[in-house]
Amino acid sequence: MVLDAEDWGAIWLTFKLATLVTMLLLLIGTPIAWWLARTRSRVKSVIGAIVALPLVLPPSVLGFYLLVTMGPHGPIGYFTQWLGIGLLPFTFPGLVLGSLVYSMPFVIQPLQNAFEAIGERPLEVAATLRASPLDTFFHVALPLAKPGFITAATLGFAHTIGEFGVVLMIGGNVPKVTRVVSVQIYGHVEALEYAQAHWLAGGMLVLSFVALLLLYTFNPGKVAK
Amino acid sequence: MIGLRCHVVRSGFAMDITLDLPGRGVTALFGHSGSGKTTILRAVAGLERHANGYLEVNGAVWQDDARGLYVPTHQRALGYVFQEASLFSHLSVRGNLDFVLKRTQTKDRTLFDHVLALLGIAHLLDRRTTDLSGGERQRVAIARALLTQPAILLMDEPLAALDGKRKEEVLPYLERIHATLDIPMLYVSHSAEEVARLADHVVLLDNGKILASGPAADTLARLDLSNGLADDAGVLVEGFVNGGDEHYGLVHLQAAGGTLYVAHAALPLGTRLRLRILARDVSLALARPSDSSVLNLVQATVTAVWPANTAAHVIVKLDAGGTTLLARITRRSHDQLGLGIGKQVWAQVKAVALLSIR
Repeated sequence: MVLDAEDWGAIWLTFKLATLVTMLLLLIGTPIAWWLARTRSRVKSVIGAIVALPLVLPPSVLGFYLLVTMGPHGPIGYFTQWLGIGLLPFTFPGLVLGSLVYSMPFVIQPLQNAFEAIGERPLEVAATLRASPLDTFFHVALPLAKPGFITAATLGFAHTIGEFGVVLMIGGNVPKVTRVVSVQIYGHVEALEYAQAHWLAGGMLVLSFVALLLLYTFNPGKVAK
Repeated sequence: MIGLRCHVVRSGFAMDITLDLPGRGVTALFGHSGSGKTTILRAVAGLERHANGYLEVNGAVWQDDARGLYVPTHQRALGYVFQEASLFSHLSVRGNLDFVLKRTQTKDRTLFDHVLALLGIAHLLDRRTTDLSGGERQRVAIARALLTQPAILLMDEPLAALDGKRKEEVLPYLERIHATLDIPMLYVSHSAEEVARLADHVVLLDNGKILASGPAADTLARLDLSNGLADDAGVLVEGFVNGGDEHYGLVHLQAAGGTLYVAHAALPLGTRLRLRILARDVSLALARPSDSSVLNLVQATVTAVWPANTAAHVIVKLDAGGTTLLARITRRSHDQLGLGIGKQVWAQVKAVALLSIR
């Protein structure tokens, strides 16, 4: 095996980051997606556009603004300093925050599509069967949106693993703290260590392909986008 | 008693109605699409909220905006059957029924068994909802609504999405519910045949207005109110079996106007029947036709003449000894026979449709 301890550290860090970010995004994204799918508010288009922004912005732009807002003179920076936890850039929590923003549309949009696809009818049916709105959400809407959750989790996870530009801008290249696989590969290539780069890049390629293959096989026709 | 005041303003549709309906039996909300019948049903269910409304179902007030009272749908004791069955696709048939039992906390299995038997779905319990026929799905949906032990059953065109044969898989069960359960039903339909078969009381709606509200037989014969439905115009006749003729396969039905002959296998004396006689199946003569193949001949008096849905026809309303009949004849015949109000005629009834046996 060509991979050294630093490579394994990067792999471990990447999985930790992607798992944490996916779980957080499913938690935060579900109510936002539900609201986007059901609301008739005029604010909907504004929120929808904000959620979609990371899809179109270059990661360097996103990373730049994250760096500025999390920095000593940015609003998040002031807040974290006031909390007494210091500044987030070049730390793992900073990376998590950046990844949340970066991967947000990949989780929220499939969820929103799934909730919209359910339509009004099953919710009305549940109400006529004595189910309260909260009961209906957990026992009708969530189970019916299951394909959307699988899609959202897969895309969110895979996309967080593949993040590079944002990490470089806000996380730098700190071993075991912010150096994820994509950055590690970049480092190997810069140092002309092509064998190690191959192992890591090939692993990412296979992993991403298998994840999407499973998704498209077992969740056919329900994959958003 | 069901009391309802509903005021709706939407783009292109306005409705401001007050209805007092009987608190038992089947009340049909009858009219074309866009007449507002589904809107009324959804307002009763609380699925649509309209301002300044009032709703009372047999003593329970569910909406009274004058007092700021509004009971949300899930707290109303109602059962609702939608046009498409709307079973939960993530649950089996049993899961769909258990969904209700869990929420109403019904431990008593007799209700469950009773409802299963009533709708004939016991053998479907472990099936997936996607494996059922349209008629089976609708029967499960009706069973699911009944399990809520509703104070009122709301049905929104429950047969409209089914073809003719599938309809026949469900209609007898609706008649059975009507006959065995004492739950008032609001039944939305645009099918004259379903209304004629099921309804005790009919509300005729057109474009957000109530044209008529009254007992089924009276309302359906009031053709002046429903010229858009004239193609299907007809009357309901109720009576009981007072004899039969097995040799010819006929049953004798005693109705208000006299005896009618109905082609049917022998039935016990006294059985109550409901018939439908379409206006286009009734022809008129001034004298009693002597050599006619038509069995059912009744003497009647002309009580009204209305234009029909074509320029060539008129609809003649008749009183046959207490039974109302409608006849659809050409305007030419009308003029040649000199039919005016009060004229004595013989009505030849070419066909009667047996709707239900009670």
